[in-house]
Amino acid sequence: MNEPMDFLIWTRSTAFDVAVTIFVIGVILRLFEIISLGRKQNLAEAKGTEFGPGMRTIFSRSVPDLGTFRRQPLTVVTGYMFHIGLFISLIMFVPHIELFRATFGFGWPGLPTPIVDAAAVLALIGLLAGLWHRIMNPVMQKITTFEDWLVWTLTFLPILTGYLAYHRMVDPYPLILGLHVLSVEALMIAFPFTKLMHTFTVFLSRWYNGAMNGRRGVES
Amino acid sequence: MAEKNTLGESLRRHGVSRRGFLKFCTATASLMALPPTMVPAIAEALEKAKRPSVIWLSFQECTGCTESLTRSHSPSVESLIFDHISLDYHHTLQAAAGEAAEAAREAAMHENKGKYILVVDGSIPLGDPGYSTIAGISNLEMLKETAKDAAAIVAVGTCAAFGGLPQANPNPTGAVSVSDIIKDKPIINVSGCPPIPTVITGVLAHFLTFGSIPDLDQYNRPKVFYGQSIHDRCYRRPFYDKGKFAETFDDEGAKAGWCLYKLGCKGPMTYNACATAKWNQGTSWPVESGHGCLGCSEPRFWDAGGFYNALSVPISDNSQTVAFAAAAGLALGAAAAGLNYKNKDEATKAHGTVTIDDLEKSS
Amino acid sequence: MSEATLERGINALKEQIDAPVAAFFSSCVSCGMCAEACLFYTETGDPKYTPIYKLEPLRRVWESEYTLIGKIKKALGLHKPVTDEMLEEWQELLYDSCTMCARCSMICPVGNDIAYMVRKTREGMVASGNAPEGVKGASMRAVTIGSPMGVKLSALEAQIKHIEADTGLKIPMDAEGADYLVLLSSMEIMNFPEYLEGLAKIFKQAGISWTLCSTAFEATNSGIQIGSTDIARILVQRIVDGAERLKVKNVISPECGHAYTAIRWDGPNLIGRPFTFRVLHILELLDELRAAGKIKTKDLETDCYTFHDPCSLARKGGVIEGPRRLMNMVTTNFAEMKDHGKMNWCCGGGGGVSSNEDAEELRIKVFKKKKDQIEETGADVLVTACANCRLVIEEGLEEYKVELPVIGLSELIADHLVVDEAQAEEKG
Repeated sequence: MNEPMDFLIWTRSTAFDVAVTIFVIGVILRLFEIISLGRKQNLAEAKGTEFGPGMRTIFSRSVPDLGTFRRQPLTVVTGYMFHIGLFISLIMFVPHIELFRATFGFGWPGLPTPIVDAAAVLALIGLLAGLWHRIMNPVMQKITTFEDWLVWTLTFLPILTGYLAYHRMVDPYPLILGLHVLSVEALMIAFPFTKLMHTFTVFLSRWYNGAMNGRRGVES
Repeated sequence: MAEKNTLGESLRRHGVSRRGFLKFCTATASLMALPPTMVPAIAEALEKAKRPSVIWLSFQECTGCTESLTRSHSPSVESLIFDHISLDYHHTLQAAAGEAAEAAREAAMHENKGKYILVVDGSIPLGDPGYSTIAGISNLEMLKETAKDAAAIVAVGTCAAFGGLPQANPNPTGAVSVSDIIKDKPIINVSGCPPIPTVITGVLAHFLTFGSIPDLDQYNRPKVFYGQSIHDRCYRRPFYDKGKFAETFDDEGAKAGWCLYKLGCKGPMTYNACATAKWNQGTSWPVESGHGCLGCSEPRFWDAGGFYNALSVPISDNSQTVAFAAAAGLALGAAAAGLNYKNKDEATKAHGTVTIDDLEKSS
Repeated sequence: MSEATLERGINALKEQIDAPVAAFFSSCVSCGMCAEACLFYTETGDPKYTPIYKLEPLRRVWESEYTLIGKIKKALGLHKPVTDEMLEEWQELLYDSCTMCARCSMICPVGNDIAYMVRKTREGMVASGNAPEGVKGASMRAVTIGSPMGVKLSALEAQIKHIEADTGLKIPMDAEGADYLVLLSSMEIMNFPEYLEGLAKIFKQAGISWTLCSTAFEATNSGIQIGSTDIARILVQRIVDGAERLKVKNVISPECGHAYTAIRWDGPNLIGRPFTFRVLHILELLDELRAAGKIKTKDLETDCYTFHDPCSLARKGGVIEGPRRLMNMVTTNFAEMKDHGKMNWCCGGGGGVSSNEDAEELRIKVFKKKKDQIEETGADVLVTACANCRLVIEEGLEEYKVELPVIGLSELIADHLVVDEAQAEEKG
C-alpha cells in the first residue's frame, strides 16, 4: 500500500547516500588516476606560455570551427541544445539549488519554472536528435560502443522523469519523483566509470590541449 | 442504538427545515464533486436513509482526529451528519464506561451485523499487544473482531490509514495501519493529521447516499478529496512558477505570500483538500497561514525528511555523506595514483631500446 | 636479431600514456567530429579513418592498465586485449591514413590532442614491429647512411660546388663559431638546390655568418615519423653534436615541416637537456631579418599567389603570421586559402605518409582536398615552406592534371631580393 512513498523515501535516503558516496569517491579516484600519470617536463624553449592559453582553450573549444561545423552541424546543434538545456534545468531549477544549498551551504537564485521547463524540453529534443544522429551517422556508428548507449540512456532518463514529475504526468507524484531521483542515482553511480567523466576531464583535456599548443605559440 | 426512523425524519425532528436540508444536500454534492443535477437524488436518498450504526475504535492515537471532528463549526454538514448517525461506540465521546461500553459495542455489532460502519483512528501495535489495549482486549483482537461484520471500514487519520506517527522510525510498537491487517473489507482511508472534518463527513454522506464507497485512489483515499495535490491547488503556486520564494519565515517574501517550497513545504507530494476545503470554518489553511504543508496525509510523512527542508533535499545528511566520501576518495585516489605510478614506472624500466635492427617482428 | 614483440609494443604504449592521454580518453564522447577535420575521412567517406578510432590500441592499454574499471574488466575477462593481429590491422590507420597533421586536435570539442596520441601509439607499433616497410626503410637509411633518402655528404658537396660555380656565392662548411648552422632536408639537396642557393644569396645580403656542418646537414628525422623516440634521439644527437662542435648560436631548420618539430620541439626532450643554441625555422629567421630591415624585396609579382601552411610549421609550430608578411614581400596579390594558418588542410604526405608506399594510392585520393582548396583561390602560383609538402603537392597536382607552379617561399624571397641596397633606394 505504501510503496510509492517508501520508494521515494528510500531514493532520498539510503539510495542517495550510496550513489553520492560512489560518485564522490569515484570522481576523486578517477582524477587521481589521470593526474598521477604525470607529464614529462618539456625542455624545449617555449614560444608562448602554457597556463593562459590552456585556460583560454577551456572556453574557446565551446565554439566550433566554422568549416567543421558546416560539415556536421547536427552534432554541434544537438550538443548545444542538450548541454544548455541540461545546465539550465540542472543548476537553475530551485529544487535542485536547494539540494546544493543543503549539501554545500550555499545557493544561488533560480529561474522561473517555465524557462526551466523549456530548457528541459530543449535538452530532451537535443538528446533524441543526437540519438537519431548516432544511429544514422556512419562515423558515429563506427565509434559508438555499448558505453555510449548506456551513457545516453542514463542521461536521458533523469531529464525525462524530471519533466514528467514537474508536469505531474505520472500518478502518484511520489512515484515519479522517486523514479527521477533513482535515475539520477543511476547516473551518479555510472558517472566516474564512464565517459560521463568528461564533465570534469573536459577541463583537463582542453587545458592540456591549449597549454601544449600555447607553448608552441599556437592558439588552439 | 441505531434508530428505526430515517435520516430525514430525524433531521426534521431536530428542527432542520426542508430548505435547510436541501442546502445541506447541495453542499454535500459540491463536496463530492457531483453535478447539481444530483442534488434531488442525494436528497431523496438521504431522506430515506436509515440512521446507520457507527462503531468508532481508537487505537494508538492522540485524539486529534476526534478533536478535529468535534471542533467543526456549527451548523455544519459535519454536525448534521454526526447528530444523525448512531454513534454507538466511541470511547472518548460516549458516556458509558467499562463493561457497559464494551457491551454497547457488542450489542451494536450484533444488531447491525453486516451493516454497521466501523471507523478507526490510530494505528495498531503488532510488536507487543500490551502497548495498547482497551478493556483488556488488544487493539489487534478488537479490530479483527469488530471488522468481521462491518459493512465498510473508514480509517480516519494517517495513523489508521498508514501507520502515522506511531509507525515513524524506529516504530517501537510495531505499529501498522488498518489495511495492513484487514484484507477482506472495503476500507476507505481518510488520511491527514488530522483529516479535514468535512472529508470525514463527506465520505459518510457518500456512503449513506449511494450505499457504496466512493472512487478511491491507490491509497484507498476518496479521489474526490485526495485527487489533486496541495501544490496544484495552492493559491501560492504562481509564485513557485515565477521563481519567487520566501527564504525565511519573516522575510519580505514571506510577508508578500510567496511560495514556501524552500521552507520545506511538502505540497508537491501531498494529496489533500486543504487548499479548497480549508480549516476552522473555512478560515484558513496551513499554507495560507504562512507555514508549509507537512505532507500529513501521505504515508510515512514523519520519515519523509525534515519539515523545514525542501522536498528536494535528501533525507539523510548529504553534507556528511559528501565529506566522508571525499575523505575516502582521497585515500583511495592516492592508492590508485600510487598503483598507476608504479605501473608506469615498471613500464619505463622495462623499456627495450629500439634500434634499427628491431624494426621487424621477431620470430 | 630483432627484439620487436607484441609485449614490447604494449609496454611501449604503457610507457607513453601520460596524464593528458588519460584525460583525453576520459573526455571523448564519441561525437565523431574529428572525422570531419581529417582529409582521409572527408575524401574517402570511410568511417574507419575517424581519428579517434585510430587510437583504439592505445585506449585499450590505457583502460586495462590505468583505470579501475579496466582492471575489473580485465579480471572478469571482459577486456578486449590488444593483439598482434589488431596492430597489423591498425597499421593502415596509424600510418597510411594519418599524417599527424593535428587538424583533428584543433577541432575536438573536448580538446583531445589526437595527433599527440597517434605519435605515442606509433611507439607501440614500432616496438611491436608493426611499422610499414617504407617508413622502416627511411629510418634505417637515416641511421645508417645519414639521410632517409640515402643522400650522402658527397652528394651535398657536389651540389655546393655546383651552386658556387653557378652563382659565385660562397657556401661555408664547418665554419666554427658561425652564428647560424643551416640544416637541409634530403629533398632540398636532391630536388630543390635552389633553396640553398637562395639562402646563400640572402645571407650574403643580410651579412649573416653561417655555415653548413659536414656531420649534421640532414635536418629530417625519420624517428619522429616512424614514431620511435630511440631512433629520433640518435638523429637529433647528430645535429646537437654538430652544432656544439661548431659552437653556433642558432640552428636553422630548413623548409621542412617535421624537421622543425623534431629539432625545435622534440629535440631537447629527446636528448634530455635544453639546447645550448636557439632553433629557428628559416621563415622565422627571414621574418626577423625583414623586421630588422636587413632584407628588402623588389619587382613584386602581380600574379595571384597563395600559401600552403605546412602543418608542422603552422598548426604545430606557431609559424603563422611570419610567412604572410614574407608573402607580401614577393607579391601584391596574395590570396589566402579558405582554411589557412592553424586550420589549413594537410597536403596528405606528412608524418611519414610520403615515404610509405602502401599509402600512395590513398594519398593521391585524399590530395583532392588540397587540390580543391588551391583551385578555389584561383591562384597562379602556390608557395609553401616544406620540401615534403612541395613534392607531395607537385605530384598530386600532376595526378589531377592541374598545371600550377609550386615554389618554396625562401627561394622566392631570394628571387626578389634587393641585392644592392643603395641602388634600390635610388630607384625607389
